[in-house]
Formats: sequence, C-alpha cells, structure tokens
Amino acid sequence: MTLLRSYEQPAVFLILAAFLLAVGIFGLIRRRTLVGMLISGELIFAAAMLNLMTFNRFTAPDPTTGQIFVLFIMGLAAAEVAVALSIIIAVYRNYRSVKTKELSELTG
Amino acid sequence: MIPFPASDFIVGGVFLLAVATTAAGALIAALSTRIIRSVAGLALCSIGLAGLFYFLGSPFLALMEILIYVGAVCVTIVFAIMLAEPDEPAPEARSSRTVLWGGLALAVSALIFWSLWRLGAQGHWTPPAARVTDGSVKAIGISLLTTYSMAFELISLLLLVAIMGALVVARSGRAKA
Repeated sequence: MTLLRSYEQPAVFLILAAFLLAVGIFGLIRRRTLVGMLISGELIFAAAMLNLMTFNRFTAPDPTTGQIFVLFIMGLAAAEVAVALSIIIAVYRNYRSVKTKELSELTG
Repeated sequence: MIPFPASDFIVGGVFLLAVATTAAGALIAALSTRIIRSVAGLALCSIGLAGLFYFLGSPFLALMEILIYVGAVCVTIVFAIMLAEPDEPAPEARSSRTVLWGGLALAVSALIFWSLWRLGAQGHWTPPAARVTDGSVKAIGISLLTTYSMAFELISLLLLVAIMGALVVARSGRAKA
C-alpha cells in the first residue's frame, strides 16, 4: 500500500532525480559524438527540473515559484539546444565528422 | 460520494508507470548505440517526466514539458541527425584504456547516485506552515507579470538572441561547402 501512495513522499522524486543526473553524467563521459553528449546534457536538465519541482511541491510556501523557475529552465534548454545544434552542423560542414576524437587540430 | 472503484490502485499504477517510463527512457537515451534511438529515449523520458510533473501538482508544466521537449527539442535533434548523420562509431577493441574510462564513468555516476540517494532519503522535508497561493495557472500568470516580469522579458530576449545566433552560426559555413 505504501508503494501505491509513494507519490506523496519526496524521497521517491529525489531518488529518481539523482538517477537521471547519474545517467546523464555517465552518458556525457561515455558518448563519443557531439549529439550524444547533447542528449545526455538534456537528461541532466531534466534531473534539475524534477528536483526543483519536488521541493516546490513539498516544502515551498509559494507553489508558483518553482513552476516559473522550471519554465525558465525549459526556455534556456530550448535556446541551448538551438545554438548547440547549429554549432554541431557548422562543425560537421568543416570536418565531415562529429566524433569528438577527430575534432582536434592541435596534437599533443 | 462513492469514490470510483479501485481508484487508489489506478492512480498509484499510473504513478509507477510514469517513474518506470522516465527511468527507462533515460537509460535508452544514455546507452543505445544508434543515435536516433537515443533521441527516442529522450522523448520517452520527457513524457514520463510530464506525468511526474502532473503528480507534483502542475498540469501546466506537464503540458509545457511535452510541448517543448517532445515537440521542439527532440524534433530539432532529429533534424540535426538527418543533416549530420552522427551515429555512434563502432565500439573500439576492448583495450585497457577503454575499460578504464568505462569503469571511471560508471564509478563517478554510481557515486553521485548513491550519495544523492542517501541525502534524499535521510532528509526531513517539513511541509510549509501555510501556502501563499494555490499554484494554479492563474497564479503563475499573475506572478509572471508582477514579481518575475524582469526575468520574463530577459528570457524572451535570450530566445531571440539564440535564434539569431543559431541562424548566423549555421549559415556561416555554407559558402565553403
């Protein structure tokens, strides 16, 4: 029965947010293409949004604050994706590759 | 008033489904080798996250999550994949270096997950004494145009600059190609 009422406990949301953050960081280290790293970054954004909304729901006296903050995070993430993807396409035009290993001109 | 039969089970089941969708989508997004499957995993994760936002008392953000992430971010990434074909390269031979880096990535993320788990499960989150507003869409709109009007204008300016910057950066290399 506690499993069915688990949406009333902040720990469930916090643990899921920690899981999203950990998976995002794992992907950020392991991925070898720029688009893959961007997707992992989006997972980290999702973890931050879930964390903020959890504290907004369970501890904040004003429930609009967290929602507006998360809305701003979504706007920032959309802007970031637009700029990052245009940079990725520009890089692909110049190098014919988006593998992070081949994007180096300085050797050392 | 008689509640709908087994409504507790239905609500709890939908919540568990949202949690499972989010976790599975994140795993697909981070681990699959084909990059298009990774984008699909991100979309799945966003849909699960929208369900979680609904349970956190914000249908507005649930709608926004689906609109912005599934409708805009994932579609934009799919366009970039079609233009740049960035498939994950074939896995390298299992040398000691790749094993070392994989182990390091796994150790870092497991450490972060474990410590945040401990922190989240141990903390005593006290509910507030009184809530100032009800957190409805009307309250959000009022505070967006009063308390947060400056940040609201700034983020619209930021989106404008980002659109123009994306156009300029993506255009610049076209003459050479």
